[in-house]
Amino acid sequence: MTAVAPNEVLPAPSPKQPRGGRRRETRGALLFISPWIIGFLVFTAYPVFYTGYLSFTDYDVINDPELVGFENFKTLLEDPKIALSLRNTFVFAAMTVPAQLLVSLGLALLLDWAGRASGFFRTVFFLPKMTPPVAIGVLFLLLFNGQSGFINTMLGAVGINGPAWTTDAAWIKPGLVAMSLWTVGGSVIILLAALRSVPQELYDASRVDGARFWRQTFHITLPMISGALFFVFIVETIAAFQSFSEAYTAFFGAGNSTYSNDAALFYSIYLFQQAFEFLHMGYASAMAWILFAIIMIVTFVQVKVSKRFVFYEGEQR
Amino acid sequence: MTAVDTPAPRLQGDTTVAVPAAATTPEPTGRGVKSLGARVLLFVVLALITVAFIYPFLWLLSASFKPQGEVFDNKLIPETFTFDNYISVWSEAPMALWLFNTLLVTVLATVTVTISSAMVAWGFSYFRFPGRTALFGVVLATMMLPGAVTMIPVFLIWDALGQVGNLTPLWAGNLFGSAFYIFLLRQFFLGLPRDLFEAAKIDGANNWQIFWRVALPLTKPALIVTALFEFQAAWTDLMRPLIYLRDSDTFTVPRGLKSLVDRFGFAGEFHWEIIVTASVITTIPMIILFFLGQRHFVQGIATTGSKG
Repeated sequence: MTAVAPNEVLPAPSPKQPRGGRRRETRGALLFISPWIIGFLVFTAYPVFYTGYLSFTDYDVINDPELVGFENFKTLLEDPKIALSLRNTFVFAAMTVPAQLLVSLGLALLLDWAGRASGFFRTVFFLPKMTPPVAIGVLFLLLFNGQSGFINTMLGAVGINGPAWTTDAAWIKPGLVAMSLWTVGGSVIILLAALRSVPQELYDASRVDGARFWRQTFHITLPMISGALFFVFIVETIAAFQSFSEAYTAFFGAGNSTYSNDAALFYSIYLFQQAFEFLHMGYASAMAWILFAIIMIVTFVQVKVSKRFVFYEGEQR
Repeated sequence: MTAVDTPAPRLQGDTTVAVPAAATTPEPTGRGVKSLGARVLLFVVLALITVAFIYPFLWLLSASFKPQGEVFDNKLIPETFTFDNYISVWSEAPMALWLFNTLLVTVLATVTVTISSAMVAWGFSYFRFPGRTALFGVVLATMMLPGAVTMIPVFLIWDALGQVGNLTPLWAGNLFGSAFYIFLLRQFFLGLPRDLFEAAKIDGANNWQIFWRVALPLTKPALIVTALFEFQAAWTDLMRPLIYLRDSDTFTVPRGLKSLVDRFGFAGEFHWEIIVTASVITTIPMIILFFLGQRHFVQGIATTGSKG
């Protein structure tokens, strides 16, 4: 094709050819992309706008949506369960994100230090991540049971009188945080991969300069993996703000009338209840927009603040 | 055609972190701890943590072989060893049906999302067209959108189509690709040598043939990662089955397990041994899945993070 003699090309004006090819290429691309375009329009773009519209209506699925102006947002401000669920979610996120970061970093460092023998342990650390969240909710109820759970039996063995993790409002969230540490395996793998890609020369050079183990860890290792740490930080935060399944399994649903679950009422759970249990679709839509706004703001702040601490290779400082 | 039309390599600076590069990362160089004492200490610590991570599995498995009264005795070896729970769980709940439903949804979700995402990813990596970068930006942006924002209208769509109560809403959305997998697969496609596709084109292959016969077979590792991730996501999902499934006979295993918790854990009679056994049954397929695709899981996740 490229061997076409110049004089043969000349009759057909050259700008035209490429444009035809370009158009053909665009058509080909559109054919391949079309599933996503349809899906995006139907399942993302339209829903985003429709949620926006619904948030200004009163809608119970059976009757048509009725415009009510800012009524939903006004109710939101006065709804004590909104305040409660927001507080629960923030408190949970503020505990679980740093805890997960620290634990996954610690485990990743241990694996890195173990060198070639780390494969087996990496597998073990990741395995809980495969557990369905429902089963994690069940495990939480069982292992953290106040009277006969495994955790309190262990604590009792060392003379600590463990709290009633699953019923005491003050201990439910710490318990859920502890449980969430069981599934840090994904973050461990991400951080370990980052640790492994720190150039060996940096360590060698610093050793020549007399830097010891801990000095290297704090002055080379951590700065070099700060990008991955930041990634894990953001992902874990977004996940924490949307956490639903474990707490819902353990504390909500058709059966639970035996004990208070206010302390486990996360925002996503309350949103789910409003939408699909009470059929307050308009109210739930307003809640969804608030959640979106909160996540955007939190992520934005994280990006801004972290800029000072995150170092990317090849970046000028 | 002239050189003008021979598409230039389309790798962009910021996207050249291709999956294969991460996939072939040699096992560790790292900073192995050298001194014997430190190594012993390190492995003692790792062993203790290993016990902590494995113990909940063992606890659950062991409890599933205990009679009702002994579930909470925290003994690793059941005092009275019984298979009764594994028998009664089938009579107390339509377990076989739940497993079948879950398998059906999971397989459909996995197959559809893998093929559709690969198609879209190919569209975004092989072809050059105006607005490509912007449109791909939109793909990435959808990942930031919390599910809650689209959840209600999507439910209303399935409701209007008369699909609420069926398994369809749990997988049919996957026909349209999924942003994360599109991203993952596109990275992989961009790492493939372009000459191959040009050669296939000269041999007379059409767009679809280039994609299906040339590109896809080369993309196997990334396709496996996509399939494994989605298999896990579809199998373990709780929220959508809670939203869409009404009748116990249509439940997936996680949804069914939740209904068992409601029935035997909270209200009325306490039969934790049934719940425990159903939890084991729900979890074991995922453990098997992990051991089948361990390497791919680990590499897939490591790659996700390297985009930092």
